[in-house]
Amino acid sequence: MAVASDVPKESFRLSMLIYDTRYRSITIQLFVLVLFALFLAWLLNNTAVNLATRGKEFNFGFLWQRAGYDIGQQLIPYTNDSTHFRALLVGLMNTLVVAILGCVLATILGVIVGVLRLSKNWLVSRLMTVYVEMFRNIPLLLWILLSYVILSETTPQPRDFRVTDEMAAAGEAPAATMMLWDTVAVTNRGTNIPSPLFDRGLGSLDIGFMTLNLTTLAYLAVIFGSIWVNHRILTAARTQQETTGDRPVTWWKSVLVLLGPVIALSVALGLHMEVPALTGFNFQGGILVAHSFTALVIALALYTAAFIAEIVRSGILAISRGQSEAAFALGLRPGRTMNLIILPQALRVIIPPLISQYLNLTKNTSLGIAVSYLDLRGTLGGITLNQTGRELECMLLMMLIYLTISLIISALMNLYNTSVQIKAR
Amino acid sequence: MNKSVFLGVVAATTMVAGVASAQATLEAVKARGELICGSNTGLTGFGAPDASGNWVGFDVDLCRAVAAAIFGDPTKVKFVPTTGETRFTALQSGEVDVLVRNSTWTVSRDSELALDFVAVNYYDGQGFMVKKDLGVSSAKELDGATVCIQTGTTTELNLADFFKQNNISYQPVTVADDSEAQRQYLAGACDAYTTDASGLAASRATMPDAENHIILPEIISKEPLGPVVRHGDNNWGDIVRWTYYALLIAEEKGITKANIEEVATSSTDEEVKRLLGVSGEMGAKLGLDNAAFKNAIAAVGNYGEIFSANIGEGTAINLARGLNALWTQGGLQYAPAFR
Repeated sequence: MAVASDVPKESFRLSMLIYDTRYRSITIQLFVLVLFALFLAWLLNNTAVNLATRGKEFNFGFLWQRAGYDIGQQLIPYTNDSTHFRALLVGLMNTLVVAILGCVLATILGVIVGVLRLSKNWLVSRLMTVYVEMFRNIPLLLWILLSYVILSETTPQPRDFRVTDEMAAAGEAPAATMMLWDTVAVTNRGTNIPSPLFDRGLGSLDIGFMTLNLTTLAYLAVIFGSIWVNHRILTAARTQQETTGDRPVTWWKSVLVLLGPVIALSVALGLHMEVPALTGFNFQGGILVAHSFTALVIALALYTAAFIAEIVRSGILAISRGQSEAAFALGLRPGRTMNLIILPQALRVIIPPLISQYLNLTKNTSLGIAVSYLDLRGTLGGITLNQTGRELECMLLMMLIYLTISLIISALMNLYNTSVQIKAR
Repeated sequence: MNKSVFLGVVAATTMVAGVASAQATLEAVKARGELICGSNTGLTGFGAPDASGNWVGFDVDLCRAVAAAIFGDPTKVKFVPTTGETRFTALQSGEVDVLVRNSTWTVSRDSELALDFVAVNYYDGQGFMVKKDLGVSSAKELDGATVCIQTGTTTELNLADFFKQNNISYQPVTVADDSEAQRQYLAGACDAYTTDASGLAASRATMPDAENHIILPEIISKEPLGPVVRHGDNNWGDIVRWTYYALLIAEEKGITKANIEEVATSSTDEEVKRLLGVSGEMGAKLGLDNAAFKNAIAAVGNYGEIFSANIGEGTAINLARGLNALWTQGGLQYAPAFR
């Protein structure tokens, strides 16, 4: 009887790496990986060779040298005797304040516009469409420049506010006057607003790398305390409503808890406002909000709000009509339906794309260089880079910082996203 | 992932910087057939395109002289506009061969930035310009003023020092270039504009109401401006340096664009003969033609001619020779011996 011979035992041949589907994908991946590694090695080598030819070394020691230049807007104390690192921090704060303010304004405006765009009122919805399409389709840089030019060209020079002796004698009014009971002056350089001053401030505490302003800390503590107590009051009211069906009146308690302690603290510390006054070339005293800052925040907020509006609109449209019909059937008014039924569900759709809008806005703050706003790009990536000639170090550091900020925003927003997702029980 | 992000960053940075050529600059320029000169983005009198798009100016003429020395033709030069911020990177990365753009010679630029300043073609100092109706007659009266300042310049640092030393305050408005500074200054967004005094004079010349602006008497710094080359190619530095000195010697010896042919044939002065390539091998020692410096002078004229044609008295900019007179006339312009 003839026995069928065994299938010859398969031995590994080199060609199998390409023709055998079991190995092929591994081969390709390995090949690409090696190519990529070679590419990186070439780049690193190129960098090293080029740095060596130019006699440059790679180190960050320059950050601790004296900066020597001045910065217009500084949220933390800085003089030209401070280090480049301090200038970096000042720039970073300037970047963050624009980013945070921009995100908040863009969200508020975006949600309102997005909801209004779905309005049954023909005029309102068309106006919102015009706004969204205008801002979405024109480059951000142009909006920044436009707001800056409008702010600086349509406002009076500081000297227009001056009342000379002759003018006083002739009873003439100056060309420009301050607004809001003579407390705010808008000049072609910026907006001068009053600043809070304390007769009996708490001073500040030096903790090595930075100084803490104790007055600010006291205010923060009091405000958070008030909010917490208010939260307790509302929770108690809700519990009572759920058990007895009777909701106690809480508004006067809330007002008292929220405002009382802050007012008491202000009186205790002797809070008063320092009003800007024209002396010499500029208004002195108070706080100067430069037009570069205002223009940047306005343009960023308006531009990003147009995108957020579209995200909100798509989020609302994603909720089935049955939801609002059910709400109407229960007798809820349209406003309540939107706030209680539609928006909470729409949030699940809105949050993920909203994160990338926040990231965009944050990165777009670097366009502030166009209106001479000294943010991180202007200090570290601009003047410091130029004065020290450390392009590679400054650029890498700047990229690392923007990357870190973006990742932090992503992480926080992802946390929030998880909290609004439907909890499957 | 994070690692690859980092490396990608390095990659991007390096690729932009490009490969600095180890090849000698002169060979590269000759092979290319034209000189690439880093210029101002537009500073009337020093370096700016005229109505028909040709670059003209005091700094531009030095570039043309170098081109004439290398090729015998002053038109074989391309001008690349650079801002205060981009100029040194453009030079370091090999994008331009030589930078002639009101750049101040400082020790940190010489050392840290690995550049070589080969000569000083204009001795300058930082000044302030204000509107006449501001009623200011001295920079020390500028307490509390808003000052426009070009970023990436030495003037930024001098300004901070000046106000600190005089114990007065100011609000800086940092702008990218001269035209933006002028716009802000004219719009009244700043009370004063500060840069090199020559730059102020040049800016004022282009303003519609030039007579309403004054340059304050204080000169708060030394700003020796001159051509810059990359550190390491000494021969190239020598070519730029000696082309410049040739223009100075020409003025000293009375050689002009008009009389150069006549002087070349008739002169008995040995230094003049060496300069014009009639005797000796001076050009060849630098890797150029022996008539290189003659060509340079014939193309743009001597230093005095360049000065008076572009920025001197009678032009819109109307600068006196002052420190920039020849040493024989009490100035600082002095060329080493041509032998």
